[in-house]
Amino acid sequence: MPLDPSFAGRSWPPTEPYLVGREKIREFARAIGAVDAEYHDPAAARALGYPDVVAPPTFPTVVTMAASRQIISDPTLGMDYSRVVHGEQKFRYTRPVVAGDALVCVNTVEEITQRGGHDFLTARTDVTTEAGEPVVTAWSKLVQRGEHTA
Amino acid sequence: MTDTLEPQTFRVTRADLIRYAGASGDFNVIHWSDRLAGKVGLPGVIAHGMYTMALVGRAVTTWAGAPDAVVEFSVRFSRPVPVPDTDEGTQIEVSAVVKEVTDDGLTRLSLTATCQGEKVLSLATATIRKR
Repeated sequence: MPLDPSFAGRSWPPTEPYLVGREKIREFARAIGAVDAEYHDPAAARALGYPDVVAPPTFPTVVTMAASRQIISDPTLGMDYSRVVHGEQKFRYTRPVVAGDALVCVNTVEEITQRGGHDFLTARTDVTTEAGEPVVTAWSKLVQRGEHTA
Repeated sequence: MTDTLEPQTFRVTRADLIRYAGASGDFNVIHWSDRLAGKVGLPGVIAHGMYTMALVGRAVTTWAGAPDAVVEFSVRFSRPVPVPDTDEGTQIEVSAVVKEVTDDGLTRLSLTATCQGEKVLSLATATIRKR
């Protein structure tokens, strides 16, 4: 079943704030082998002008992937997640994520297309603080492979 | 900054994928089960695309010389990265060329990531602001 094209242009209400923990940033940095002091040591991050440890560039995916369940779990969209692969990813940063941030996500489906039996969905997630200060915008293109291809 | 940046190589093992799954919250079975990866037509366990992107991000911040230098970062996942269940795992090599240095101090990089000699990303770019 193809994705419901009427989802294009739709936005969802803001998610509950995600509170970014210092240990979560350290755990993520360790998992990707990033040893920069600013990811682990609050004093090093403060020397760069941040209130606490800074997150590596792809850390926002932890927050936005959880938030995107709002879209993909909507049964009327018709997405079969077992057939979905990640096609493209883009981040545009206003500033890095910092421990202590309470981040709110607003999801928008920018585009739904079909090509070669596959469905493509581009979601934009605007990530801000609770006060509405912009932090990062993420774009994810998901590919739902056709049912009759391997 | 020269036009071509020193390539960086990252080793990727199954243990790295398990650790990344836990840290990122992405527990998709294709990243830890050969059996279930095979059922959806893959040769075996593959790395999370976002893990590959994270390694490329490490290369970018290393070149930039600052962990907070990235202004924009974009990739297309063009080929999966199979990670065999061996001590050696596999390797991802990341290289970059400087495409542009703008008047307002931004540097645009065109990025290449390869595994076993094959490009695993296309249209991969990063914009960095040097301190």
